[in-house]
Formats: sequence, C-alpha cells, structure tokens
Amino acid sequence: MVNIPSSINDPIPAAEVEDVELYHPHSWWTTYVFSQDAKVIAIQYSLTAISIGLVALVLSWLMRLQLAFPGVFTFIDADRYYQFITMHGMIMVIYLLTALFLGGFGNYLIPLMLGARDMVFPYANMLSYWIYLLAVLVLVAGFFVPGGPTGAGWTLYPPQAVLSGTPGGQDWGIILMLSSLILFIIGFTMGGLNYVVTVLQGRARGMTLMRMPLTIWGIFTATVMALLAFPALFVASVMMLFDRVLGTSFFMPAIVEMGTQLQHGGGSPILFQHLFWFFGHPEVYIVALPAFGIVSDLISVHARKNIFGYRMMVWAIVIIGALSFVVWAHHMYVSGMNPNFGFFFATTTLIIAVPTAIKVYNWVLTLWRGDIHLTIPMLFALGFIVTFVNGGLTGLFLGNVVVDVPLSDTMFVVAHFHMVMGVAPIMVIFGAIYHWYPKITGRMLDETMGRIHFWVTFLGAYLIFFPMHYLGLLGAPRRYYELGESVVNPPSAHDLNIFITLMALTVGAAQVLFLFNAAWSLRRGKDAGGNPWRATTLEWQTPTTPPPHGNFGKELPVVYRWAYDYSVPGAPEDFIPQNEPDPENRSREHAS
Amino acid sequence: MSAILIFLAGLASIIIWWMAQQRLTSKPWLESARASDIFPITRSSIPTVKIGLGVFLAVVGALFTLFISAYFMRMGLQDWWAIPLPGVLWVNTAALVVSSVALEMAKSSAQQNDAYAMKIALLASFVTAIGFLAGQLFAWRELVSEGYVLADNPANSFFYLITGMHGLHILGGLLVLSRTTFNVWQGEPPKEARLSIELCAMYWHFMLIVWLVIFALFAGWANDFVDICRQLLT
Repeated sequence: MVNIPSSINDPIPAAEVEDVELYHPHSWWTTYVFSQDAKVIAIQYSLTAISIGLVALVLSWLMRLQLAFPGVFTFIDADRYYQFITMHGMIMVIYLLTALFLGGFGNYLIPLMLGARDMVFPYANMLSYWIYLLAVLVLVAGFFVPGGPTGAGWTLYPPQAVLSGTPGGQDWGIILMLSSLILFIIGFTMGGLNYVVTVLQGRARGMTLMRMPLTIWGIFTATVMALLAFPALFVASVMMLFDRVLGTSFFMPAIVEMGTQLQHGGGSPILFQHLFWFFGHPEVYIVALPAFGIVSDLISVHARKNIFGYRMMVWAIVIIGALSFVVWAHHMYVSGMNPNFGFFFATTTLIIAVPTAIKVYNWVLTLWRGDIHLTIPMLFALGFIVTFVNGGLTGLFLGNVVVDVPLSDTMFVVAHFHMVMGVAPIMVIFGAIYHWYPKITGRMLDETMGRIHFWVTFLGAYLIFFPMHYLGLLGAPRRYYELGESVVNPPSAHDLNIFITLMALTVGAAQVLFLFNAAWSLRRGKDAGGNPWRATTLEWQTPTTPPPHGNFGKELPVVYRWAYDYSVPGAPEDFIPQNEPDPENRSREHAS
Repeated sequence: MSAILIFLAGLASIIIWWMAQQRLTSKPWLESARASDIFPITRSSIPTVKIGLGVFLAVVGALFTLFISAYFMRMGLQDWWAIPLPGVLWVNTAALVVSSVALEMAKSSAQQNDAYAMKIALLASFVTAIGFLAGQLFAWRELVSEGYVLADNPANSFFYLITGMHGLHILGGLLVLSRTTFNVWQGEPPKEARLSIELCAMYWHFMLIVWLVIFALFAGWANDFVDICRQLLT
C-alpha cells in the first residue's frame, strides 16, 4: 500500500518510488563510448542513423541522375542502379527511420519525459546500440565485397533475390543484407524491451498512463508493434539465408537458370511475401506512430494550447497499431489472391483512415484559435500535417484493389510512399531535432539557417514528389533503369524527370546546411537556458541542461498534472509544468 | 498466416485486459493534483525483470508462431514428405520435462528457504537440460545418417530449422541457468537466488511448451488438429 502523507505540510518524497540503482561510469570509455546512459546511447543511435542516412541520400541522387540523364554517368550501369535502389530503400526505412525514432528519440525521451533516471535494463540498452552499429557495418560492407551489395529491391523478393541475374544474388550482397537484418532485429529487441518495460515500470510518481505525453504513447505503441512485427522479417531472413547458403527450398521454386536446372524446387515465393509484409506494413506505422506522437507535442507547445482530444489521440494510436497487423496483403494485390481476401484487406486498409483522420482533425483543432508561434519546429510540424494528408489521400487510391492493380508498378506508388513514409516522418524528425536540440546541447539552432532549411526542404520535397504522381498516372513504370522514348515517357515526361532530379539535388544540398547548422550551433548557438520553449513536460524541468547523469538530480520529480496545461485561465504563466502541484487552497470541485 | 493471427489475438486480449485496468477513459485535463493529494502507484508490484522476461517471451512466442505459420503454408505444397521422427525425441522430451519440473522444485524450495534441496534441484535441471540438447544433436545425427538431410525436402529443412532455433533458445537459457546454479553452489542464500530461479523457471516452462507444440507439429498431430478445425469451420 501507499504511504499516505499524514499532513499537508509533508512533501511527498519522490523516493517513495524506490529509486533505481544507477550504474555509474568510472572512465572516459564507459562514459562516452560503452555508455549505459540512455541519453548517450540515444546520441550514438542518432548519429549512426543520420550518417548512414546520408549515404542513402547520396544513393538517391545517383538514381535521380541516371533517370534524368541516362547514359551520361557511365559508372551507373543497370546493376549499380538496382543496388542503389535497394540500399536506399532499406537504409531509409530500417536503419534510419526505425533506428532514429525508436533508438534515438525513444532512448532520449522515454526516461526524461517519464521522470525516470534511466532505462530499466541499461546494459541491454548499451548492447542494443552496439549490435545496431554492427548491423550497419555489415550492411555497408556490401559496398566493398565482390559483386557489390544486393540489388534485389528493398523487398528482397525471392526467387530473383538469390539468383545470379540479380546483383549480389549469387555473391556476398544478399548474404550480408540478410545477416545485417538479423543483427538489426536482435539489437532492436534488446532496446525495444527497454522502451516497453521502462514505460510500464519506470514512470515517476503520479505519472499515470493518461498523463504521459503523446510522444511517449507513440513510441510505446510503435515499440510494441515492432517487437511483434520484426520477428516476421527475422523468420523470412533466416529462411532465405538457408535457401541461399544451404540450398533449401523454402521460397525457391524449381528454376532453370542459364540452361541449368537449379537444385531448388517446390518453394513458395508468396510465402516470403506474406512474411515480409506481415512485418512491412506494421513497419509503416512503427515509423508513423512516433511521428504522430511527437508532432502532437510540437503543435501543442508551439501553439500554446492543450492538445485537442487527448483521449481520442491515445485511443487512435492504439487502434492504428492494432489494425496495422491485419492489412499486410494490400501490398500483394498484384501477386494474385482470392478476391475475397482482396476485399477483406481493402476494407481493413480503408478503416485505418478513420483513426488517422481523427488524429488529423485533432491536430487542426489544436491549432484552431491557438497562439501559433511559427517557430521552426512548428513549421516542420505544419509541413508534416499537410504532407501526411497528401500521402494519406493517395493511399486511399492504392488501398482499393481495382485502382491499385494498374498503378502498382508505376511512379505513382513511389510518390505515394515517399510522401507518406519518407517526407512526412522526416519533417517530424527535423521538427523534433529543432525542438529538442536545445535540451540535448544547451544551445539553440540558428534560426535563419533553420528557416532556409525548412523552406527548401518542404517546397523542394513537393516539387520532387508531386510531379511523380503525374508520371505514375501517365504510366511511367518504377524500378526501370532506363525508359528511352516511349508512350509512357514522352519528351515532356523526360523534361519533368530532369526537373525532379534538379530539385532532389537542391533538397539534398539543403541538408548540408542543416548539418552545418547543427555543428556550428554546438559552440556558437544562442544559449538556450533550461526551458526555451516554455514547455510543460518533465524533460524541460531538469536541474541542468543538458540533463545530468541520472537526469533529475537528488529527487525524482512528482507529476501532478497532464502534459498539456498551456494557457490555463488564471494561471500566472501560460504553461504549468507537469511537476507543479495545484495550490493547496484551490477547490477541487472542477475535477470529476 | 492464421497461426500468427490467432497468437496475436491472444496477445491482444491480454493487452486489452491490462489496458482495461489503466483508466484509459479518465479525463486527465480535469485531474490536476495538489501536493497533499494521494497518489496511485503507477507501477506494478511484479518485479521489473519479470515483466521484462514476460515481454521477451511474447516476442519469442511470436517468432516461433511465425515459423509455424510458414510451416503450415509450405506444407500445403506438393513436394512435401513428412519426416520420420527419431525415437530419441521422446527421451529428449522427457529430459526437458524433468528439467522444467526440477526448476519448479528449485523455485518452491527457494521459497521455503531450503538451500540444500534448491541446490540439488537446480543441478538436476541443468544436467537434464544439457541432456536435452545432446539428445537433440543425437536426433539430428540419426536423421542425417538415415539420409534425411537438410535440403532434400522442405519437411526436413523445417525440422532442422525450427529445432535448431529452439535449441539456440535453450542454449541461451542454459547460460543464465549455469550462472544461477554456479552462484547457488557458491553459497548464495535462497532468498537472494529466488528471483533468478523464478525467472529461469518461467523461461524453461515456456520453452517446454514451445517444444511440445513443435513436437506435436512434426509428429503430425497438429495436422489432425488443424484438419478438425477446418472441418468445423466449413
């Protein structure tokens, strides 16, 4: 039972929740390299993810150069083109977005926002990062082995993924890719257990589930989903590795290749697709849910208004998470399936639009009559909402079987998923970095550079992907190395391709400005103080900035309210931190 | 994919049951508190490591269920020849059951503060678990010598793959169990060893259940069960 304080004057000792035994590092190595502090691990995760993401960015440039100027860059042959596609997709989806949202933001924000000293299993948390780093290194090793990395497409569909016609199929490429995925999943599971159990067990006194910031709800739900969805990719990877290395036939049908009958026979490529998409669709929401959560907090803080419909937001996150496990086959309409299944999956897919729309309405209603500060985090948050609605609407097209079948292999799909899963989450990532950089480093990012970065990125992304919808409707197929002049690639479409490429180069260059800003502001940025955005959540209430080892000094905070007390009538300031109690004389009649 | 969907439905009902107790319908915007207010406890009294292990077992459960899902889907194709089960698997099953029971006994003797019984039971569990793994390797060798090699037939491939994966999980558990056993034989008192023994027992029971399911699968009983379910549904 709880010790009920006997009189009003008794402060509630935060230590009543027994404090965690904190690991204290003794040397430089254990403080900065093999650190068990979630904040250091978060930065390690983020820097690794962003570095590998830059590689993927350069790969996208190379692809765009080939599409706009076929034949000009002779080192981009068809094999290389496919390798670039594959590595770009895989890196962006898994090694950048998943790792950055969960490993980066998850590690930094979960303990701080919940009022915990650290994650509950710090050692496993440290291992998680190092295994992730190993996975990245194995992935990158693909560029340096004979035959290069795999060029099977990020979906790695068999049988082509392990045949000699595909780059890396009979070389090291596919083996390294599958091994890297297996490592990533093992590493992620270690981290994921931490995120989930810390939310369950590490919360400060008074931090009920319904007082958690939506950021934590998003990361928490996404992690639960990831823990259950990644095993499907694990199973698929292990089985394909067996097919490739040990000659089994899980996925490989009987095939005659270059006149020789391969030893495989009877396997089912469709089985792989089921396993892959059973992971692949939840993966979309593993990335989207943390973005939803973070953007809710950004909007609330920078519009100085409580989030509209908090409960609905929480329920919508959970419902989206659950629904996302029963829609996977909408990625397989063109693989052929029983029409009844197609109908089922189209229906579940469209149902997801309901909770998602609730979230969008709530964001807009939060902005409604808010005191909107167009800070850079807010700009990116607004950019996210617009982009996400755009990408979501084309999703409604593609969710229907009859519309999907003709569009499935065109640039329309590329435009759709880049809007909804590429640009939209990246907007949130940037918004979040601009928002929390002052807490992480103690200094503000430069405002002017930030604005240039935002406008070039936001407008540029639209100029890249909007025309791509048009190309798709025209019939321009995706995944093609070279189109030549054809019905689907008339001179006008080709000019459009050149335009898209120029925009892609521009947007990429804007990211260099961002990197420069991040490095420059580290030393010369404006001093941020402890709570530059005047936000309520616990990470802004730490005794020092950046937060010390153990996060909260001597006593853990006690939480008295939810995370969205902005512009409360009668309050002295326009925000009340979560760890500030109501005055004792205040009547409690308003509470139900 | 129906196996994994059933598994997830079970998991979802646990999650819903848990969420039902979390006051998700409360209105947090009305519930700010004064410093003198009484605070509900926000965490479970179950030890954190136990919850961590529980979550981990859910992940392991999903992993094996996905293997089983793949097994069922692949089994429906034409080139499937069921693999004969070596008799030694029965001995292995018995060894794993004994190991699990011994851990349960170690747990209850730790609870009753009986250091001697706890030590013996732990050792018994450790030895039988190694026996299980050795038996599994023996079963593999027997199959190979009879010509049922990995790549010959998908049934063989699945047998080696899934038993191998299960064996790896047992091996991982053995590392922890060996540490616990070692500590206890070094004189760790039952009170301190209790939690880690409980965790080992939990993991062991779970891996035993996984083994029984995949054993039933390879023996073909699961197919009969699935057939009955299909007939009931149609």
